[in-house]
Amino acid sequence: MKHSITKWSLRSVVWLIYAALAVGILWGVLYIVQLNGPTFFFQALLDGVRLGFVYALIALGYTLVYGIVSLINFAHGDVFMVGAFASFYAITQYGWGFVPAILFAMIICTVLNVVIERVAYKPLRDAPRIAALITAIGVSFFLEYFTALRWVFGADFITYQRPFPVVVWRFGGLIITNITVIIIGLTLLLLFVLQYIIKRTKMGKAMRATALDKSAARLMGINVNGIISFTFALGAALAGAGGVLFAIAFPQIWTFMGLMPGLKAFVAAVLGGIGSVPGAFVGSLLMGSIDVMVVSFVPMGSRLRDLFAFLVLIIVFLVKPTGIFGEPQSEKV
Amino acid sequence: MLLEVNDLHVAYGAIRALQGISFHLEEGEIVTLIGANGAGKSTTLRTISGLLRPFQGDILLNGQSIIRTPAERIVPMGISQVPEGRQIFSRLTVRENLEMGAYTRKDKGEIARTMERVFTSFPRLKERLNQLGGTLSGGEQQMLAMGRGMMSRPSLLLLDEPSMGLAPILVEEIFEIIKEINQQGTTILLVEQNAAMALSVANRGYVLETGRIVLEGSAQEVLENPQVRTAYLGE
Ligand SMILES: Nc1ncnc2c1ncn2[C@@H]1O[C@H](COP(=O)(O)OP(=O)(O)OP(=O)(O)O)[C@@H](O)[C@H]1O
Ligand SMILES: [Mg+2]
Repeated sequence: MKHSITKWSLRSVVWLIYAALAVGILWGVLYIVQLNGPTFFFQALLDGVRLGFVYALIALGYTLVYGIVSLINFAHGDVFMVGAFASFYAITQYGWGFVPAILFAMIICTVLNVVIERVAYKPLRDAPRIAALITAIGVSFFLEYFTALRWVFGADFITYQRPFPVVVWRFGGLIITNITVIIIGLTLLLLFVLQYIIKRTKMGKAMRATALDKSAARLMGINVNGIISFTFALGAALAGAGGVLFAIAFPQIWTFMGLMPGLKAFVAAVLGGIGSVPGAFVGSLLMGSIDVMVVSFVPMGSRLRDLFAFLVLIIVFLVKPTGIFGEPQSEKV
Repeated sequence: MLLEVNDLHVAYGAIRALQGISFHLEEGEIVTLIGANGAGKSTTLRTISGLLRPFQGDILLNGQSIIRTPAERIVPMGISQVPEGRQIFSRLTVRENLEMGAYTRKDKGEIARTMERVFTSFPRLKERLNQLGGTLSGGEQQMLAMGRGMMSRPSLLLLDEPSMGLAPILVEEIFEIIKEINQQGTTILLVEQNAAMALSVANRGYVLETGRIVLEGSAQEVLENPQVRTAYLGE
């Protein structure tokens, strides 16, 4: 009896929080629209969605890897950083164009992430989860500081030279650049390819099978270690592309540039439901929008943006820890 | 001899699950391994499939040792396991589950032909091809697990308690199909707690008790053994 009352009141509290959130968001949007006019609002929304597409490229790697080995690969943001630097060298030192540069970045990141998995995570596969998590944080620090050495990438901010001129179009008051079009177009293309791999190919099916039940997968003759490597490779290729697109949008790179986007993409993956591919995408669009909205409309927003990102994480953990598309944890064996 | 197990010892840490068991299978046989909970039946099958490594003893497939071969290379050598509790892929469709069973095979036409053969044994799977594995009933899941196990076209099929949790009628049906699969040329190692049922289809049987084989013989001999009758047949 007592049990059912607490359960009921807990549920009503959750609904109250939902309602408060909905009212708050609606009020916020209306307030913002009347404050600076709709154009300004839609510009911020567009920029936010654009940033969200880049976050999605990182968040998918978190979610894919988590789905298969239940590990938050905290070094993932740093793989993204290496992608940005790889394309930087390809463009400024070798004079490569955009497409070869982005392919180069994707390949470098793939190799890097597969090596990280083999060297750092694989030996800990049967260890307590916290051990692998701490290792991941260690790998992250290693990548950030090691690449900051003078004879690697160096510790300074470097201006990223875009491989193409920026073109600006205006629709009413709305500004759209070719960068926005490229980010959204390319990300959608990569998402489509990823979805095809996961749903239709033999490797993708084996990946889903392995995520569901590793010992059953081995009984099918699936090389589980190979599938895990493949998953790290897929996530890294997306993060590498994300690093290039991010650098093109915000052309200042340094070895710690992966930290915040990495963490926000992680929040996005949790918001969408960690382990869920559509969740990572939707969560990222929301996260990018929140990020830019805070900068655009909250007083001192550019300083508070990171705070808001982690506020989102806390709210998700309080209200629905499984995220928007998350399944109940019992689903995983 | 298709499979020969010699003095097999397997442990989980300090727990010694198998303490020197030996048995063999001739081509075309149905051999059953019966025993109570915790006797080590599943451990035996998991070791044959390469999921566990013995610390002593050997397993020979067609005279060749396989104890150092990883699980994923044992499947293409002709051994397939239908694990205890089915372990079907709950969020893959029936079709995808069957495809995973054929993971180590390349020829698409041949795979399609095997799938048709599975459908003749389990017509119900054909009606549910696009349904998620996890939404099937327990009996259907057992059929899917067996169909999936057949998809690699094994010469030796390991079945771990296929009757577990099924209604008596369904158990009869499953055992009919086991006989059928065997008649089409697949050797079968059947692990069961339902001793009466298992011995009724098997050629030979072994009785396993706390990691040791305590009795072996033709199905008839095992069935008529007084200890078996009291311990496993409830008499
Ligand atoms: N993963 C494990 N870790 C530790 N001990 C285990 C593990 N799996 C099995 N055991 C132990 O090994 C022994 C044999 O287990 P096994 O699963 O092979 O028995 P079984 O004959 O298949 O029983 P059942 O009929 O209940 O399925 C048991 O004592 C069991 O507790
Ligand atoms: Mg068992």
